[in-house]
Order: sequence, then structure tokens, then C-alpha cells
Amino acid sequence: MVDNGVSFRIFKDNLFKWSLVLVSFLATVPLFLILFYVAKNGISSFSWTFITHLPKPPGEAGGGILNGIVGTLLLIGWSSLLSIPLGITLGLYLSEFREGFFSYWVRLCIDVLQGTPSVVIGIVAYAWIVITMGGFSLFSGGVALSLIMVPMIVKATEETLKLIPSALKEASLALGVSYSKTIFKVIIPSGLSGIVTGILLGVARVAGETAPLLFTAFGNPFVNWNPLKPVSALPILIFNYASSPFPEWHQLAWGASLFLVTIVLLLNAVSRVVIRKWKVQF
Amino acid sequence: MESAILKTENLSAFFGSQCVIKSVNLEFPKNNVTAIMGPSGCGKTTLIRCMNRMHELVPGASTSGKILLNDEDLNAINPILVRRKVGMVFQRPNPFPTMSIYDNVIAGYKLNGIRKKRAEFDRIVEESLKKAALWDEVKNTLHRKGTFLSGGQQQRLCIARALAMNPEAILLDEPTSALDPKATSLIEELIGELEKSITIIIVTHNTAQAARISEYTAFMYLGEMVEFGNTEKLFTVPKHKKTEEYLTGKFG
Repeated sequence: MVDNGVSFRIFKDNLFKWSLVLVSFLATVPLFLILFYVAKNGISSFSWTFITHLPKPPGEAGGGILNGIVGTLLLIGWSSLLSIPLGITLGLYLSEFREGFFSYWVRLCIDVLQGTPSVVIGIVAYAWIVITMGGFSLFSGGVALSLIMVPMIVKATEETLKLIPSALKEASLALGVSYSKTIFKVIIPSGLSGIVTGILLGVARVAGETAPLLFTAFGNPFVNWNPLKPVSALPILIFNYASSPFPEWHQLAWGASLFLVTIVLLLNAVSRVVIRKWKVQF
Repeated sequence: MESAILKTENLSAFFGSQCVIKSVNLEFPKNNVTAIMGPSGCGKTTLIRCMNRMHELVPGASTSGKILLNDEDLNAINPILVRRKVGMVFQRPNPFPTMSIYDNVIAGYKLNGIRKKRAEFDRIVEESLKKAALWDEVKNTLHRKGTFLSGGQQQRLCIARALAMNPEAILLDEPTSALDPKATSLIEELIGELEKSITIIIVTHNTAQAARISEYTAFMYLGEMVEFGNTEKLFTVPKHKKTEEYLTGKFG
């Protein structure tokens, strides 16, 4: 009798364990379906021409997505340029001054900004920059994307720096090192892996953002380097081509999707490596 | 008594409005070991953190009274210079995790941006590690991370790091409380060597350790300096009843 009770318990334990495994497995299925479907449809467009040429007019087969690739890289560059210094500074501030009225409000604002729908950020960037400067532009797209990146970098920086033992800061100060040098030469290097990871994940996130770019970067059938002119981006290109009536363009959109998904996966993989390799043992 | 390097006059220390050190008058004799002992929370650590102006870094912390370093008012000296003259070693070993052993020793120079010739740094590293009795153990692994060392080695590395700045005094805040007995006895031996050339102020709640290594001992209780004097005298014929009770283990 007692023995029966025990084996029933063991059975229940196993049932619970295996249901966890099953649910975790089910959760990964959609991802693999997406990857499989995108790869199946997109792989046929991959070629050297695909990444080095501009799209062809409708009706002509072939062509590439060079404008989208260059545009996305430029947008990432501009948004990183704007958001990395700001994000690290804010994160540093929040980890150094954890309490107080101002920190509370800054933290709240960052949380709200993080929760703001990206389409709203796009409209705001449109109202602020596109209207003021008189036209769609690479710069306005960079600003819109940086508004999405800033909270991610702030959070990553703050959380990483908070975990650094205060003993380290004291060790530096006790050697007669000034506060600013302690921050730049001891605290930030110790938290570098977390900060870089935050930046990489932020880049991965904005690489796929579409909504904020519709009213800002707008899209461009040609390669553009001028920050004051409209620029294409992979998500805009996918959006425009997938909703067009031309099968050749649909094919380009699939190829561009696969390219974008690959970039995002690579960035995630790199951030894993950064966490593992650069992690500082205290 | 020899000339005093550090002197406190009516020193009180506060966290906010809470007074943790009450009007302490002390003289730390040059090139000697002075131990500060007392039960937990009696203000020993706060006292030595006043000596290199680390106490004031805590938000809301303040002091009143005077501290003199070589007869100069400590508050009139830039805290950065104070901390170069009065080094500190903490309770838990805290080598810089991003730096090699070599860089940890000269961290005070590197972080302050003080440039020296490579050979000069080599000499400082070797000398400091020898003084800290760590040289023989690490001379072949100088460019490995300091955090690979054992706890006791890390603590000696921290002592070497403090010594590399050529301070006039070093403050040791329970430097052996996180270490095993073997590492503890190594550090105690080391302190005996060091006192020939440097003033050492050590906080300990281990009375036996205070008796073993110090010439002078201060006993603190509830923020007040109860008794200060020659270690041997203080341990054999304490003047104050509280001291006697503490030494015989009635409290603390």
C-alpha cells in the first residue's frame, strides 16, 4: 500500500517533468516554422547579385536589395550614434544614483518609453523632424530608431552596473583615483559585456522595426548616403514589395526577409558569445 | 611614545543624524602596528574610514572634530592625495577583475594616468609583491588575471597594490576575516615585516590577533574610545572594566 503511494508520486513527478519538456518544446515550434518557411521561400533568391544590385523594375526577373541593405546599415549606424552615448550615460546615472526624486522620474520615463508602441514613436519623429526639416530622411529614421534603442541600452547598462560590487569602486577610490576615472576605468570596463550585449540586442531589435520608418526613412529605390534624403531599409522594402502585385517583387521580399532574419539571428548569437567570453568574474 | 603620524582630536562621525563615533582622541605612532578592536558595530571600521576620507563617500555621512596627518589638517588636503598617502585594504579581497596581477599592483598609477617607464613599473611590481610576500608564488603568472588567485593570495595582492603607491600608512579593515587560518598567519607575518617601514592601523574583532601583531591597541565600545595603550599592558592590566570584560569574553 505504502509502496503504491510512492510509485504514484514518482509517476506524478515524471508526468510534471515531461509536461514541462513538452511545453518548452512546443514554444520553440513557431520559431522553427517561421525559419523554415522564410528559408524555403527566400533561399532561391540568394545570390551575389541579390546583395550587390538594386531592384529591377516590375516585370523583370532578378535584381537585388542593395538599397535596403545599405539603408538598414546606415539607419543602424545613425541610431547607434545617437542612442549609445545617451543610453550608457543614463544607465550609469541610474546605477550610481539609485534613489531620489530625479532618478525615480528618469527610470519611470525610460520604462514608459520602452513600452511606447513603435508606430507612435514613428509619428512623433515625423512631427518633430520630418515636418521641421521639410522631408523624409535617413536622419529622421535614425532618430526614431534611437528612441527605441535608448531604453534597451539604459536598462542593460543599469542592470549590469548595479551587479558590480561596490567593493571594486572603493578599491579604486582608496588608491586615490578620482571618481570619474573610477567610473571610466574600473566600473564600465567591468560591466562591458553586459553593455555590449544590450547594444547588440538593441541593434537586432531596430534592424527589424518597420512602423517607425514608414513616416521617417520612407524608402528609396536607390542607394542613398545623404542623411537628409530618404533611404530604404530591409523592413520597408519587404513591406512595399510584399504588398505589391508583382510576383518578382514578392520573391525579392522573401529573399530580403531571409536576409533580415539571418542578421537578427547572428546578432543574437554574437551577443551570446560576448556574454560568455567577456564576462568578468568578481 | 614615538611621534604620531595620524592624530584625531574630538573626532565624531555620523551617518545622517546617527552618531557612530563619539569624540575620539587618538594618536597613531609612526612605524608601528596599532590595532583597533571591539565588538561588532562599535565604529572601528568607520573610524579608520575617516582616516583616508572614505567615510565621507557614503551618502549622508559626515564628521566633526579634527584629524591630523603629519600635523596637517586632513580636511584641508585633497581626498585624492590623502588616499595616496594613507592606503587601505578591505575586509574582502577586491582585486580589479579586468586586470592582470601585474596591472593590479600598479593600478594606482595606471588608473590615475601616472606614466612611468616600463622598467620602473617592473621594479615597483616586483618590490611591492616581494613586500607582500607574494612574489615567489606569482612571478611566473604576472599577466594572468588577479581573480584566478586564492582568497589569501588575492588579499596579499591587495596589500601589494596599496604598498605600490608608497603610502605613509596603511589601514587594514579586518583583512583576515574572510581568510583561512593559514592565509591569516601569512598575512600576520607580513604585517610584522611591514611595520619596520610603514605605519599600520588594523581593525580586528579577533583579540588574539590584536595581541599577536600590534604594539598599541585601542578598544572601542559603542562608538567611544574606551582604552588606548601599549598592547601588552592593555591585555595584562586593563585599566577599564569594560576592556577587561571584553578580553575575558563576557560580551562582544
